[in-house]
Amino acid sequence: MERKSRKSAARRPGAGRTLLLVATRKGAWLYHGDAARKTWRADGPHFLGHNVSHLVLDPRDGKTLLAAAKTGHLGPTIFRSTDLGKSWKEAARPPAFAKAAEGKEGRSVDHTFWLAPGRAQDRDVWYAGTSPQGLFRSADGGVTWEPFSIINDDPQFREWMGTQQDGTPDGPKLHSIIVDPRDSRHFYIAMSGGGVHESTDGGRTWKTLIKGMDVVEGFGFDPAKPTFHDPHCVRLCPTNPDRLYQQNHCGIYRLDRPSDTWVRIGKSMPKQVGDIGFPMVVHPRDPDTAWVFPMDGTQVWPRTSPGGKPAAYVTRNGGTTWQRLDAGLPRSQAWWTVKRQCMAADACDSVALYVGNSGGELWMGREEGKRWSCIAQHLPEIYAVETAQL
Amino acid sequence: MKVLIPSALRSYTERGETEASGATLAAVLVDLERHYPGIRFRMIDEQDRIRRHIRIFVNGEQARDLTQPLDAKDEVIIVQALSGG
Repeated sequence: MERKSRKSAARRPGAGRTLLLVATRKGAWLYHGDAARKTWRADGPHFLGHNVSHLVLDPRDGKTLLAAAKTGHLGPTIFRSTDLGKSWKEAARPPAFAKAAEGKEGRSVDHTFWLAPGRAQDRDVWYAGTSPQGLFRSADGGVTWEPFSIINDDPQFREWMGTQQDGTPDGPKLHSIIVDPRDSRHFYIAMSGGGVHESTDGGRTWKTLIKGMDVVEGFGFDPAKPTFHDPHCVRLCPTNPDRLYQQNHCGIYRLDRPSDTWVRIGKSMPKQVGDIGFPMVVHPRDPDTAWVFPMDGTQVWPRTSPGGKPAAYVTRNGGTTWQRLDAGLPRSQAWWTVKRQCMAADACDSVALYVGNSGGELWMGREEGKRWSCIAQHLPEIYAVETAQL
Repeated sequence: MKVLIPSALRSYTERGETEASGATLAAVLVDLERHYPGIRFRMIDEQDRIRRHIRIFVNGEQARDLTQPLDAKDEVIIVQALSGG
């Protein structure tokens, strides 16, 4: 695959309005922007009291929403709306692992964490990543789900996934499900923990994609073992599908295919800030531009904004240099945590960024993050922010 | 038999009490699912285990698994256990 570096004029939303899809620990909200994105109309809460891990609009029809939800008491499910959230219906068969053979210990899905629509041509195809780690597919718009590929029951993958103790505090997660827009058989997935993996045959076989990725130092961990890798978020550039960016537990990386070796581009971040964080955002049209939102990864890993001063960082040259973007954000005593699904860019001509934090605030960074302002406060802890153009 | 439904599951039943039939707890839950699609998976996982924060009582005694035999005169109470704030 030949890499094509360009700043192309790809599909633009024109006068389309921006929709923000906000998933929180206690429900979901839709924020409808006006044409100038100056005022936002809140539509919610939907599923008040549910833990909503992800809320995604189907970009292929512009009206179907899927929400991955559970409550403290009840098992996980997927809610589906075909009228932009006016009404919801539960999936007939939510993601669930296969029933274990008699006498064997089977796994059960605690929550669906990540939802990813298939390619534009593959209408009604969706993928889901779960905790504990599993990969699922729907071919009917999210009504019924089946285990997908060999991953869920493969002994090698199960070893790499580890146990409940090897993942994030609310469970190990399979995330960053990426389908190559040129080839429906070409996938990337990431596992926290368990590394990054690629399939070129529709999920029949997988190969690891962890070369160049660092592991936590000082414990003698072997970087050749996927078990020790914790990719937090992987993104593919829409206008250059041969370029991926990754925010990892151990740094920020870029991968240009066909190379299979990640390059740690976070080493050019300021030393006092470091290159640890959760989210990774790519520009909708410019593959040299990407954003991160660093967090404190020192000592006991507070995972808050370094020094209590939240800021996004942008690179405009593929990671060679980074610039701080904090105009309008709190200058001190703001101990945000911004989770891996909590930062997104819209696709307008003047791209805006959106960040949701653990304190229930939703922020907008106009002009690609140059000027920040708060859209909403007092929401529950934000788990995910997605954008869509209507 | 009478089945009492906790508030968290009334989005399915639209009431706090319903009727279901079956010779075992598993069969009663299948009957509930038939009337209220989706309700069973919210209580019982894919390995047929009662979920962590769900408790099911039969005539006041906690049921431990789904094989428990039931009689038409039994009363089944489904309870949402404490699960944090």
